[in-house]
Amino acid sequence: MIVKYVACLALACSAIALGAAAATPAALLSAYSAKAGAAPSTERGQALFRTTHGREWSCSSCHGEVPRSVGRHAVTGKPIGPLAPAANAGRFTDEARVEKWFRRNCNDVLGRECSAAEKADVLAWLLTVTP
Amino acid sequence: MQPPSWWAALAFATMAATSVHAKERAARDLPALPQYVRECGSCHVPYPPRLLPAASWRALMGRLAAHFGSDASLDEATAQAIGAWLEANAASGKRAATPPPENRITRSSRFLHKHGEIAPSAWRRPSIHSPSNCAACHPAAEKGAFNEHDVRVPR
Repeated sequence: MIVKYVACLALACSAIALGAAAATPAALLSAYSAKAGAAPSTERGQALFRTTHGREWSCSSCHGEVPRSVGRHAVTGKPIGPLAPAANAGRFTDEARVEKWFRRNCNDVLGRECSAAEKADVLAWLLTVTP
Repeated sequence: MQPPSWWAALAFATMAATSVHAKERAARDLPALPQYVRECGSCHVPYPPRLLPAASWRALMGRLAAHFGSDASLDEATAQAIGAWLEANAASGKRAATPPPENRITRSSRFLHKHGEIAPSAWRRPSIHSPSNCAACHPAAEKGAFNEHDVRVPR
Protein backbone atom coordinates (compact mmCIF):
# COMPACT_ATOMS: atom_id res chain seq x y z
CA MET A 1 0.00 0.00 0.00
CA ILE A 2 2.77 2.39 0.96
CA VAL A 3 4.56 1.62 -2.30
CA LYS A 4 1.46 2.67 -4.16
CA TYR A 5 1.29 5.97 -2.34
CA VAL A 6 4.95 6.72 -2.78
CA ALA A 7 4.66 5.99 -6.48
CA CYS A 8 1.65 8.23 -6.58
CA LEU A 9 3.53 11.00 -4.83
CA ALA A 10 6.47 10.67 -7.17
CA LEU A 11 4.16 10.99 -10.13
CA ALA A 12 1.72 13.77 -10.73
CA CYS A 13 -0.32 13.56 -7.55
CA SER A 14 1.52 16.42 -5.95
CA ALA A 15 0.18 18.57 -8.75
CA ILE A 16 -3.39 18.10 -7.49
CA ALA A 17 -3.83 21.36 -5.69
CA LEU A 18 -6.07 21.51 -2.63
CA GLY A 19 -8.62 24.01 -3.77
CA ALA A 20 -10.80 22.42 -6.41
CA ALA A 21 -14.33 21.77 -5.19
CA ALA A 22 -15.20 18.40 -6.73
CA ALA A 23 -12.92 15.63 -5.58
CA THR A 24 -12.60 11.94 -4.90
CA PRO A 25 -11.40 10.42 -1.63
CA ALA A 26 -8.33 9.05 -3.40
CA ALA A 27 -7.45 12.42 -4.91
CA LEU A 28 -7.85 14.15 -1.55
CA LEU A 29 -5.67 11.53 0.11
CA SER A 30 -2.98 12.07 -2.53
CA ALA A 31 -3.14 15.81 -2.09
CA TYR A 32 -2.89 15.62 1.72
CA SER A 33 -0.02 13.15 1.46
CA ALA A 34 1.78 15.38 -1.00
CA LYS A 35 1.37 18.35 1.30
CA ALA A 36 2.62 16.29 4.23
CA GLY A 37 5.57 15.08 2.19
CA ALA A 38 5.19 11.55 3.54
CA ALA A 39 3.17 8.41 2.95
CA PRO A 40 0.11 8.09 5.17
CA SER A 41 -0.25 5.43 7.85
CA THR A 42 -3.56 3.66 8.33
CA GLU A 43 -2.44 2.57 11.82
CA ARG A 44 -1.78 6.15 12.89
CA GLY A 45 -5.06 7.20 11.32
CA GLN A 46 -7.03 4.59 13.23
CA ALA A 47 -5.35 5.54 16.51
CA LEU A 48 -5.95 9.25 15.95
CA PHE A 49 -9.58 8.55 15.16
CA ARG A 50 -10.35 6.31 18.12
CA THR A 51 -8.48 7.93 20.99
CA THR A 52 -9.11 11.13 22.86
CA HIS A 53 -6.50 13.86 22.82
CA GLY A 54 -6.78 15.54 26.19
CA ARG A 55 -10.39 16.52 25.64
CA GLU A 56 -13.78 14.96 26.07
CA TRP A 57 -14.36 13.55 22.60
CA SER A 58 -12.60 11.38 20.05
CA CYS A 59 -13.71 11.24 16.41
CA SER A 60 -15.46 7.98 17.37
CA SER A 61 -17.65 9.80 19.89
CA CYS A 62 -19.85 10.91 17.01
CA HIS A 63 -18.77 8.69 14.09
CA GLY A 64 -18.49 5.34 15.91
CA GLU A 65 -15.50 3.05 16.42
CA VAL A 66 -15.85 1.63 12.91
CA PRO A 67 -17.49 4.37 10.85
CA ARG A 68 -19.23 2.07 8.40
CA SER A 69 -22.61 2.62 10.03
CA VAL A 70 -24.63 5.60 11.14
CA GLY A 71 -23.08 7.65 13.94
CA ARG A 72 -24.71 9.95 16.41
CA HIS A 73 -23.92 13.51 17.44
CA ALA A 74 -22.52 13.35 20.96
CA VAL A 75 -24.54 16.34 22.15
CA THR A 76 -27.76 16.42 20.18
CA GLY A 77 -28.17 12.72 19.38
CA LYS A 78 -28.85 13.50 15.72
CA PRO A 79 -27.90 10.62 13.40
CA ILE A 80 -24.76 11.23 11.33
CA GLY A 81 -24.38 9.37 8.02
CA PRO A 82 -21.52 6.82 7.81
CA LEU A 83 -18.13 8.46 7.38
CA ALA A 84 -16.30 5.72 5.48
CA PRO A 85 -16.47 6.39 1.73
CA ALA A 86 -17.21 2.69 1.06
CA ALA A 87 -20.39 3.01 3.12
CA ASN A 88 -21.40 6.51 2.01
CA ALA A 89 -20.59 7.57 -1.55
CA GLY A 90 -20.94 11.28 -0.84
CA ARG A 91 -18.10 11.40 1.68
CA PHE A 92 -14.83 13.13 0.80
CA THR A 93 -16.08 14.34 -2.58
CA ASP A 94 -16.19 18.08 -1.86
CA GLU A 95 -12.93 19.55 -0.77
CA ALA A 96 -14.36 22.69 0.84
CA ARG A 97 -16.71 20.56 2.89
CA VAL A 98 -13.94 18.18 3.93
CA GLU A 99 -11.75 21.09 5.00
CA LYS A 100 -14.60 22.70 6.92
CA TRP A 101 -15.29 19.54 8.91
CA PHE A 102 -11.61 18.77 9.58
CA ARG A 103 -11.19 22.34 10.84
CA ARG A 104 -14.20 22.18 13.16
CA ASN A 105 -13.85 18.62 14.38
CA CYS A 106 -10.09 18.64 14.89
CA ASN A 107 -10.64 21.74 17.01
CA ASP A 108 -13.25 19.87 19.07
CA VAL A 109 -11.16 16.72 19.45
CA LEU A 110 -7.57 18.04 19.57
CA GLY A 111 -8.06 21.71 20.34
CA ARG A 112 -6.22 22.70 17.16
CA GLU A 113 -6.29 22.20 13.41
CA CYS A 114 -5.05 18.87 12.06
CA SER A 115 -1.92 18.76 9.96
CA ALA A 116 -1.99 17.53 6.38
CA ALA A 117 -0.23 14.37 7.59
CA GLU A 118 -2.93 13.71 10.19
CA LYS A 119 -5.70 14.25 7.63
CA ALA A 120 -3.93 11.86 5.25
CA ASP A 121 -3.58 9.24 8.00
CA VAL A 122 -7.26 9.40 8.96
CA LEU A 123 -8.47 9.37 5.38
CA ALA A 124 -6.14 6.48 4.51
CA TRP A 125 -7.62 4.49 7.40
CA LEU A 126 -11.20 5.41 6.46
CA LEU A 127 -10.52 4.07 2.98
CA THR A 128 -9.68 0.68 4.47
CA VAL A 129 -13.09 0.45 6.17
CA THR A 130 -15.33 -1.88 4.20
CA PRO A 131 -19.14 -1.55 4.19
CA MET B 1 -76.00 56.32 14.05
CA GLN B 2 -72.61 55.37 15.45
CA PRO B 3 -72.14 51.71 16.36
CA PRO B 4 -71.56 51.26 20.05
CA SER B 5 -67.94 51.48 21.12
CA TRP B 6 -67.87 47.84 22.29
CA TRP B 7 -68.64 46.81 18.70
CA ALA B 8 -65.62 48.69 17.44
CA ALA B 9 -63.51 47.14 20.18
CA LEU B 10 -64.75 43.66 19.26
CA ALA B 11 -64.11 44.22 15.56
CA PHE B 12 -60.63 45.46 16.33
CA ALA B 13 -59.87 42.51 18.62
CA THR B 14 -61.07 40.05 15.96
CA MET B 15 -58.90 41.66 13.33
CA ALA B 16 -55.92 41.68 15.65
CA ALA B 17 -56.47 38.02 16.52
CA THR B 18 -56.79 37.09 12.84
CA SER B 19 -53.61 38.92 12.05
CA VAL B 20 -51.76 37.16 14.89
CA HIS B 21 -52.99 33.79 13.63
CA ALA B 22 -52.02 34.65 10.07
CA LYS B 23 -48.58 35.65 11.29
CA GLU B 24 -48.15 32.44 13.26
CA ARG B 25 -49.28 30.37 10.30
CA ALA B 26 -46.89 32.21 8.01
CA ALA B 27 -44.05 31.58 10.49
CA ARG B 28 -44.92 27.87 10.64
CA ASP B 29 -45.05 27.56 6.86
CA LEU B 30 -41.84 29.49 6.29
CA PRO B 31 -39.63 27.49 3.91
CA ALA B 32 -36.24 26.93 5.48
CA LEU B 33 -33.22 28.59 3.92
CA PRO B 34 -31.32 25.77 2.13
CA GLN B 35 -27.99 27.07 3.47
CA TYR B 36 -29.37 26.95 6.99
CA VAL B 37 -30.55 23.36 6.62
CA ARG B 38 -27.24 22.32 5.08
CA GLU B 39 -24.92 24.05 7.52
CA CYS B 40 -26.82 23.91 10.81
CA GLY B 41 -28.95 20.86 10.15
CA SER B 42 -25.95 18.51 10.03
CA CYS B 43 -25.67 18.44 13.80
CA HIS B 44 -29.19 19.26 14.94
CA VAL B 45 -32.71 19.75 13.71
CA PRO B 46 -32.78 23.03 11.78
CA TYR B 47 -34.70 24.73 14.58
CA PRO B 48 -37.32 27.13 13.21
CA PRO B 49 -36.19 30.75 13.55
CA ARG B 50 -39.45 31.62 15.35
CA LEU B 51 -38.27 29.70 18.42
CA LEU B 52 -35.74 32.37 19.45
CA PRO B 53 -35.72 36.16 19.44
CA ALA B 54 -33.44 37.99 17.00
CA ALA B 55 -31.09 38.97 19.82
CA SER B 56 -30.48 35.29 20.60
CA TRP B 57 -29.79 34.37 16.97
CA ARG B 58 -27.40 37.30 16.70
CA ALA B 59 -25.53 36.19 19.81
CA LEU B 60 -25.33 32.56 18.64
CA MET B 61 -24.23 33.41 15.12
CA GLY B 62 -21.62 35.78 16.55
CA ARG B 63 -19.71 33.00 18.29
CA LEU B 64 -20.14 29.84 16.25
CA ALA B 65 -16.60 28.70 17.03
CA ALA B 66 -17.82 28.02 20.58
CA HIS B 67 -21.33 26.74 19.92
CA PHE B 68 -22.61 24.80 22.95
CA GLY B 69 -19.32 22.93 23.26
CA SER B 70 -18.66 22.46 19.54
CA ASP B 71 -16.81 24.37 16.88
CA ALA B 72 -19.54 25.20 14.36
CA SER B 73 -17.64 28.00 12.64
CA LEU B 74 -18.60 29.05 9.12
CA ASP B 75 -17.07 31.28 6.51
CA GLU B 76 -18.06 34.92 6.87
CA ALA B 77 -20.43 35.11 3.87
CA THR B 78 -22.39 31.99 4.85
CA ALA B 79 -22.67 33.08 8.47
CA GLN B 80 -23.93 36.50 7.35
CA ALA B 81 -26.58 35.03 5.05
CA ILE B 82 -27.86 32.55 7.62
CA GLY B 83 -27.80 35.11 10.43
CA ALA B 84 -29.79 37.65 8.43
CA TRP B 85 -32.44 35.04 7.58
CA LEU B 86 -32.70 33.86 11.19
CA GLU B 87 -33.09 37.40 12.50
CA ALA B 88 -35.64 38.37 9.84
CA ASN B 89 -37.81 35.39 10.81
CA ALA B 90 -37.15 35.36 14.55
CA ALA B 91 -39.78 35.31 17.28
CA SER B 92 -41.89 38.42 17.42
CA GLY B 93 -44.20 39.99 19.96
CA LYS B 94 -44.21 38.88 23.57
CA ARG B 95 -41.90 35.94 23.00
CA ALA B 96 -39.22 38.16 21.56
CA ALA B 97 -38.98 40.24 24.70
CA THR B 98 -36.64 38.08 26.78
CA PRO B 99 -33.90 35.92 25.30
CA PRO B 100 -33.85 32.56 27.15
CA PRO B 101 -30.89 31.68 29.40
CA GLU B 102 -27.78 30.88 27.29
CA ASN B 103 -30.00 31.50 24.24
CA ARG B 104 -31.15 27.91 24.52
CA ILE B 105 -34.51 27.06 22.95
CA THR B 106 -34.82 24.29 25.54
CA ARG B 107 -34.71 26.86 28.34
CA SER B 108 -37.28 29.22 26.84
CA SER B 109 -40.46 29.59 28.84
CA ARG B 110 -42.51 28.32 25.88
CA PHE B 111 -40.44 25.13 25.60
CA LEU B 112 -40.59 24.49 29.34
CA HIS B 113 -44.33 25.13 29.39
CA LYS B 114 -44.98 22.80 26.47
CA HIS B 115 -42.80 20.01 27.90
CA GLY B 116 -43.87 20.24 31.53
CA GLU B 117 -45.32 16.74 31.58
CA ILE B 118 -42.13 15.06 30.31
CA ALA B 119 -40.27 13.39 33.19
CA PRO B 120 -36.62 14.45 33.50
CA SER B 121 -35.57 10.79 33.16
CA ALA B 122 -37.33 10.50 29.78
CA TRP B 123 -34.95 13.03 28.21
CA ARG B 124 -32.03 10.74 29.04
CA ARG B 125 -33.45 7.64 27.34
CA PRO B 126 -31.01 6.40 24.69
CA SER B 127 -33.82 6.74 22.15
CA ILE B 128 -34.09 10.45 22.95
CA HIS B 129 -30.61 11.39 24.20
CA SER B 130 -31.22 15.11 24.71
CA PRO B 131 -34.02 17.73 24.74
CA SER B 132 -32.33 19.21 21.66
CA ASN B 133 -33.15 16.03 19.71
CA CYS B 134 -36.63 17.23 18.65
CA ALA B 135 -37.01 14.54 15.98
CA ALA B 136 -36.96 11.78 18.60
CA CYS B 137 -40.58 12.62 19.48
CA HIS B 138 -41.68 15.07 16.76
CA PRO B 139 -41.54 13.08 13.50
CA ALA B 140 -41.82 16.17 11.29
CA ALA B 141 -39.36 18.29 13.27
CA GLU B 142 -36.89 18.33 10.39
CA LYS B 143 -39.54 20.20 8.39
CA GLY B 144 -40.23 22.63 11.22
CA ALA B 145 -43.57 21.06 12.22
CA PHE B 146 -44.23 20.43 15.91
CA ASN B 147 -47.93 19.57 15.98
CA GLU B 148 -48.85 18.06 19.36
CA HIS B 149 -51.06 15.43 17.72
CA ASP B 150 -48.07 13.89 15.95
CA VAL B 151 -45.95 13.50 19.08
CA ARG B 152 -44.71 9.97 19.80
CA VAL B 153 -42.44 9.68 22.83
CA PRO B 154 -40.20 6.61 22.30
CA ARG B 155 -39.63 4.14 25.14
